[in-house]
Amino acid sequence: MLAHTIFFYFFSIITVGSALMVIASKNTVHAVFFLILDFISVGCLFIMIGAEFLGMIMLIVYVGAVAVLFLFVVMMLNVAEQKQSWFRGLKKSTHIPIGLIVSIIILLEVLVVIGGWKYKANFIGTDSIVADKNFSNTHQLGSVLYTDYIYLFQIAGIILLLSMVGAIVLTYRKREGVKRQSYINQISRESKTSVEVVEADFNTGVKIDN
Amino acid sequence: MITNIELGHYLTLGGVIFLLGVVGIFLNRKNVIVILMSVELILLSVNINLVAFSTYSNEIVGQIFTFFILTVAAAEAAIGLAIIVSYYRNKGSIRVQDINEMKG
Repeated sequence: MLAHTIFFYFFSIITVGSALMVIASKNTVHAVFFLILDFISVGCLFIMIGAEFLGMIMLIVYVGAVAVLFLFVVMMLNVAEQKQSWFRGLKKSTHIPIGLIVSIIILLEVLVVIGGWKYKANFIGTDSIVADKNFSNTHQLGSVLYTDYIYLFQIAGIILLLSMVGAIVLTYRKREGVKRQSYINQISRESKTSVEVVEADFNTGVKIDN
Repeated sequence: MITNIELGHYLTLGGVIFLLGVVGIFLNRKNVIVILMSVELILLSVNINLVAFSTYSNEIVGQIFTFFILTVAAAEAAIGLAIIVSYYRNKGSIRVQDINEMKG
């Protein structure tokens, strides 16, 4: 249990610190790197608590796909030189007081949650982290996901497909001056319109007009 | 007490990350990409809560829901970044204070 404690505090301190740096970092590229560090440490926490498959998925999906997508966009849009200035802008911001009020309210709610946990410490027993030795975590997940939640699983696939189509539609544009292959024109060519028999004169050749 | 990690520790961690995400959305003066990253932080805190409850109550369904949240988060990031790219192409800026078309 001591190793559990040590690793929990280690990874959670890294998580909170890097989350703080995500929102406070001057450079957007650095913010994306701290976001990657955040995802990695939360993946380690998941592996530690017994959700190994989700921890690995966290690494693959978030670090490998989502964070790299953020990095692509940040580097493509050239926004790295815009410095962070929270309270000094060109125009005075009007939403910061409301934001502070909402944040303080949420902080109080979090404190209430912690207080409730103090009073009901044995809400769920501490020794209930019982990993089923017969089945691995991945096996358990698969046996529930592919039977009881198969429709939700397929809807999730459709959501991913829709998001892919939507991203392509949103960012697609026709450019001028780019030569493209036109499959329709290629396939619908006929020999009557594309092949011509000409009489070649002696010693002059055939002039081809382009 | 302090050497025993319980459910509350994980819930506190999730709450702190959620709070940081909300603060990042409200106090952001830089660009819209940081807002998207804050939304990712909020979804991450929800995932932490679900996995912690799932483990401590010995029920696998919480991890299933974490899957779907992960899917929706990936789709949301892709669509949001596509919107940001096309907005940058049209307007030339994604600073938060420059985006005031709807006078919000």
